[in-house]
Formats: sequence, C-alpha cells, structure tokens
Amino acid sequence: MELLLVILVGVLYSSGIYMMLRRSMVKLLIGIILLGNGVNILIFLMSGITKGKAPIIPADQTGFMGAYADPIPQALILTAIVISFALTAFALVLLKKAYTLTGTDDLDSLNIQDLDI
Amino acid sequence: MTTNFILAPIIVHFITAIILLCFWKKVLAQKIISVIGNSIAFILCVKLFELTLTNDYLVLQTGNWKAPFGITFISDTLSAIMVLLTGIVSLAVGIYSTSALNVSRIRFGYFFTFHLLIMGLLGAFLTGDIFNLYVWFEVVIISSFILMTVGGKKMQMEGAIKYVTMNILASSIFLTAIGILYGITGSLNIADIALKIQEVENKGLVTVTSLLFFVGFGIKSAIFPLYFWLPSSYHTTPSAIAAIFGGLLTKMGVYAMIRVFTIIFVPDNFTTILFIVIAVLTMLTGALGTLNKKNIRRILSYLIVCHIGYLIAGVGLYTELAFTAIIFYLIHDVIVKSNMFMITGVIVKIRESVDMTRLGSLLKDYPKFSMLAALVFLSLVGIPPLSGFWPKILLLKESFVQGNYVLLLTLILASFVTLFVIIRMWIEIFWKESPKPLTEEMDHFAPMPKSGKFALIAPIVFLTVVSLFIGFGANSIFKISEKAAYELKHKEIYIDAVMKTNT
Repeated sequence: MELLLVILVGVLYSSGIYMMLRRSMVKLLIGIILLGNGVNILIFLMSGITKGKAPIIPADQTGFMGAYADPIPQALILTAIVISFALTAFALVLLKKAYTLTGTDDLDSLNIQDLDI
Repeated sequence: MTTNFILAPIIVHFITAIILLCFWKKVLAQKIISVIGNSIAFILCVKLFELTLTNDYLVLQTGNWKAPFGITFISDTLSAIMVLLTGIVSLAVGIYSTSALNVSRIRFGYFFTFHLLIMGLLGAFLTGDIFNLYVWFEVVIISSFILMTVGGKKMQMEGAIKYVTMNILASSIFLTAIGILYGITGSLNIADIALKIQEVENKGLVTVTSLLFFVGFGIKSAIFPLYFWLPSSYHTTPSAIAAIFGGLLTKMGVYAMIRVFTIIFVPDNFTTILFIVIAVLTMLTGALGTLNKKNIRRILSYLIVCHIGYLIAGVGLYTELAFTAIIFYLIHDVIVKSNMFMITGVIVKIRESVDMTRLGSLLKDYPKFSMLAALVFLSLVGIPPLSGFWPKILLLKESFVQGNYVLLLTLILASFVTLFVIIRMWIEIFWKESPKPLTEEMDHFAPMPKSGKFALIAPIVFLTVVSLFIGFGANSIFKISEKAAYELKHKEIYIDAVMKTNT
C-alpha cells in the first residue's frame, strides 16, 4: 500500500508541475489542483499507515493500547484541503476574468506589459 | 513570561475587519473605523515590543495545551521587532489609503482585506508552530490576492496570474517540507522540532527538507531564480497596496527563512555556500534590472529584489554580527521601501504618470515635498548618517572579516548601482524640466481638500521621521538587533522559553 501511494505522490507531483508549465490557463489550473492533492497524500503517507486502528480510546479504557493511527496528519490534511479549495476557487475566478479581458487562454500572450522597458 | 497579551494586536485587527463588514459600502465609516483600529493596534504593538524587551520572551500556550501538543505563540526580540514594524507601516499605510485610494476600491472591501492581511502578518511573526505559520501565510496570500486583483484591469490580471501561481506553488513546496519534517521528527512545534532533529540519523534527508523550505520561502521573498513574478506584478497595484507588499510581504519570507535556518536547521557548509551564491546573484540581477527601466515602480520592484540579496547574504555568513547587520537592515528596509512606494503614489497624484521620461520639474513646483522625498531617497542609498548606512557598513565589515571577497565586491557594486539609480530618479523626476507643458488639470494634488493632503503627506513624514531616528539613534537600534542576533545564535534560550513554560 505504501509503495502504491509513493508512486501516486510522484505521479501527482510530476504531472502537476508539467501541467503548470503548459501555456494554457486551464492546464495551469489543473496543475495547481494536482499539486495540491499530491501534497495532501504526501502528508498522509509521512505519518505511516496503520491499518484499522482508529485513534479513539474505547469506553472501558483510559489510554491507547498498542499502535494506533496518528491523527495529526489527518487534521493537517483537512486544513490543507480547505485552504487549497479556497485557493483553487480564487484561481478559477481569476483565470476566467483574465480570459474575458484578454480573449485568449494562452499565457504567453500576457507578457505585453513586460516588453516595455 | 506567559501572557495572553501576545494575541492582542492580532485580535484587534480581526475585530476591526469584522466591524468593517457591518459598514459595507459606507466609505466614510470604513475610513474612520480603519484608522481607529490601526491606531489601537499600533499602540498594542508598541506595548508588546516593550514587554518583550523587558521580559526577554513572551509565550502563550493556546488552550493551555502543553508545549509540543498545543499551538505555541512566542514573541522573542526578532518577532517583537517585526511586530513593531508591521504596526508602524500598517498605521502609516492605513492613513495614507484613506486619501490615496479610489472610492470604488474602498467600497468593495479594501480596508476589510487590508486588516486581514495585517492580521496574517502579525500571526506569522508571532507563532511558534510550523503548521500554524503555514496557515498564517495562507491568510496573508489570500488577502494579498484580493488586494492585487480588486479593480479588474487587464494589466492587473496579467500581473495577478503570475503572482497567484507562484505563491500557490510556494505554498505547496512549503507544505511538502512541513509534511516531510513531520515524518522525520513527529512534531510541529518549532522548538520541539529543533530538539528532535538533532537525533535524526538520516542527515541527507534533513538537508533536503531544509532546501525545500529554502525554495518555498525563497519564492515568497523573491530570491534569484525565483523572483521574476515580483517585478511583473508589484507595479500593477495602487501605491498604497504596493507599499504594504513591498515593505512587509517579501520580508515575511525572509523572516521565516531566518527563523527556520537558525532554530530548526543549522546550515552545513554546502548550504551556506548556496546562500552566498544565491545572495550574490540576487543582488546582481536585481541591480542590473533597475538600469534600463523607465517606470519608477518597476525600478523600485527591482530594488526590492536587489536588497533581499543583502538579507540572504547575512543568513549565508551565519555569524552573530551578520545577523545583527541583517536585522538592522530589515528594520531600515521595511520603513524606507514602504515610504518610497507612498512617495510614488503622491507623484502619480501630481503628474498622472510614473514614467520617468514624462516627469520633471517637481522641485520647482513642490519644493517641500521634494526635500522630503530626497531624505527618503538618500536613506535608501545609505548616505551617512541616514538609516541605510549603518547596516550596510556592518555587513561589509563582516564579509571582509570572513574573507568573503566576492560577496564584499557584490555588496559594494549593488550599493553603487542603488546610488546611481536613485540619483537618476532624482534628476529625472525632480530636477529636469518637464518635457511636456504642464496644465492645471493634470495636477490632482493641488485641488485636494486640506484633510486629503494631510492624509497623504502625514504618513510619509511619519515614516521619514522613523527612518531618521533609525539613522541618528543607530546605537539603540544596533543594541536591539544585537540582542535579537544573540537569541538567534543561542537557540537553546528559545527552546527553553517554549518548553519550560508548561506550568
């Protein structure tokens, strides 16, 4: 399972970066989303995967017995998901606005102002 | 000392933002509430600074969760300095914005976003938890996205796409680094990580993580190969927003870098050489970038990049005196850069342009304002005894003592280019005859009411006085920077302050 997740993280990072390097705005957005998901799975993976041991103390005990899943990364991922959701929503609106203003989704055509030196 | 007071400036900005929401689209009420909120927060920032200096450390374990488990807020000398600077700049820019900005921008929640941005900055400077730092960073960048794009002009959108993309990428890299760091140490509290990372056997992984942090913060603070978003986006914003961005936002990245590379990671030989190389290239490319520009805002953007190089160089030298120098430089830079952007705002009001070829004869028309601007320009260059001089001489001395002659040469070269550029700006804007005939309609400054003029000029005077104080009271600033540098080099004090306040 770990190996599968490691490969998945690698694929998400590389395809995310690749998509961000493309010229189209939509692909840029897809790149941002893929990269965000890659990061989340990486955090999930870094704590180690413990199968079937939820970090909940049973009612008849006072502490954890044996190994249990680390709850902190899941809390971190939850926060990161919310933040990346907000960022993605913002980026989507921004790109749509930029598309209606410039009439193109080619990122290279956005450099007009940089040419005047 | 454990105290709840540490959160006071953050909460004041938060409450101000909430109150502003109740007065949506009421321009006058927004202005008044924002100025009051900024003033209260400014007083609290000064108070926090005083308390930190007398008590060495202020620590707060939120919710009374003991140190490695809860979120820690800690104010040491460096944090206190940054908080004070944020207080000063936000008060100045807040007052300046009431008069400089378009009414429609204020109507669409400028002040609301502005206060959230300042809240995020204060939180980032005060937190003692690495994931919490990430969350504050996100608060700051989302607010800055909104400030950058409100208005929706084509040029703004072009700048904003680059800005947004690079910042999201930086956040992803920063978050990746946090994930790996959590994997190898099992902690998020900065002090606790610092303890646990010494026992990690896989040193290679630690170095890789540290470089991930370096890249993440590097994008935000605009260092050499990662800075291209800055000059192509900062000049699209109105000058009040650019003043906050140029003064504080990039410095937040530098602050985080200093924090992480003193307390968590101790750079090895490879990393310090990397820092120096990056610093040299940042200074050179930033300085060269200024030379062929005609737009004042663009020149200032490149100067920001150039001067970030100074700060990175200090981290690369990694001695106590170098840290003293860069903290001193940070204090000077935040104040002066914000001031420069506000001055360009006034120039735009007077002449409708930021293009140097179209400006001129300001000295004849506005002699007092020109003299004020001259003081700020010379502070930036560092003519003794103005504020830029002292930290530069310290940094030059330290790189000479360390035998790092390439760095020494670059520092001198970058200072010369800064001098050259500032002199050229002075001649083109203030001295030379205006190339086109001036008409009454062009000048939007003269017909303004007295209160409007006051709100534009008073913050500039305020920041100029502060920078004059930094120059003439250099001794006291040096002592404070020295104290901060001492604390950075002796991280056990920081760690003890966090871990031993578990009462």
